[in-house]
Amino acid sequence: MEVPILKQGAVLIATFQAALSDADLNLLRMGLVQQVVKFRSRAVIVDVTAMDVMDSFASRTLREIAHMIRLRGAETVIVGIQPEVAFAMVQLGLTLEGVATALDLEEGLAYLNEKFKTTN
Amino acid sequence: MSVGEIHVAISSDQDIVSARQKGRAMASEIGFSSGDATLIATAISELARNIVTYARKGQIALKPVNGLNRQGISVIASDNGPGILDIRQALRDGYSTSGSLGLGLPGVRRLMDEFEISSQPGQGTTVAVKKWRQ
Repeated sequence: MEVPILKQGAVLIATFQAALSDADLNLLRMGLVQQVVKFRSRAVIVDVTAMDVMDSFASRTLREIAHMIRLRGAETVIVGIQPEVAFAMVQLGLTLEGVATALDLEEGLAYLNEKFKTTN
Repeated sequence: MSVGEIHVAISSDQDIVSARQKGRAMASEIGFSSGDATLIATAISELARNIVTYARKGQIALKPVNGLNRQGISVIASDNGPGILDIRQALRDGYSTSGSLGLGLPGVRRLMDEFEISSQPGQGTTVAVKKWRQ
């Protein structure tokens, strides 16, 4: 399953679908990092609003994506974690420590705008 | 209620997705809230992933169960893989032999209401979990 990656200025926006397999997640991880390099993006927003299950593999992949992108000098924000998904993640003991999160796409963009303003 | 038992063969990461989708659908049919259906689907995802990672193939059996005054769902993950040498250690947070986070089993135990595991080294592993409707 293809994950659409949208380029908006210096920000890449990847929208996850509900039924992503491990292989899809691995492909996406590679694809996102490559596109950050290609477009010299300053930030990536990963929108997981449609994801109905975030298990240990998915959350580890998200954390890895964020860390790789940070090594490229860009920021990652995970947006749209559903309340019940958040509850299941906490029960499983999964955290996205060290990764920025925001309520939705709008809040994610606002967070990045604020961040770029202060670092400029 | 006419929800029957479903068996999902697990041998690839795509089957993990399929098992958790079927589990969520059954949980909703039984009348679980969408929050509980998410917990059940997440537990199925972890159990199916353990099969793929450690045993390569196995199966997940899903079925509705009736208690005295309650209804629930039973999920049984079984495989003929290498088995678990030390079950107590495998149930401890942070333990893993595959280089993964190793949160699988203790996490699944927290997501569900009942948890049973049996394993014979060299024979395979069966994990049986249940969740009851609130």
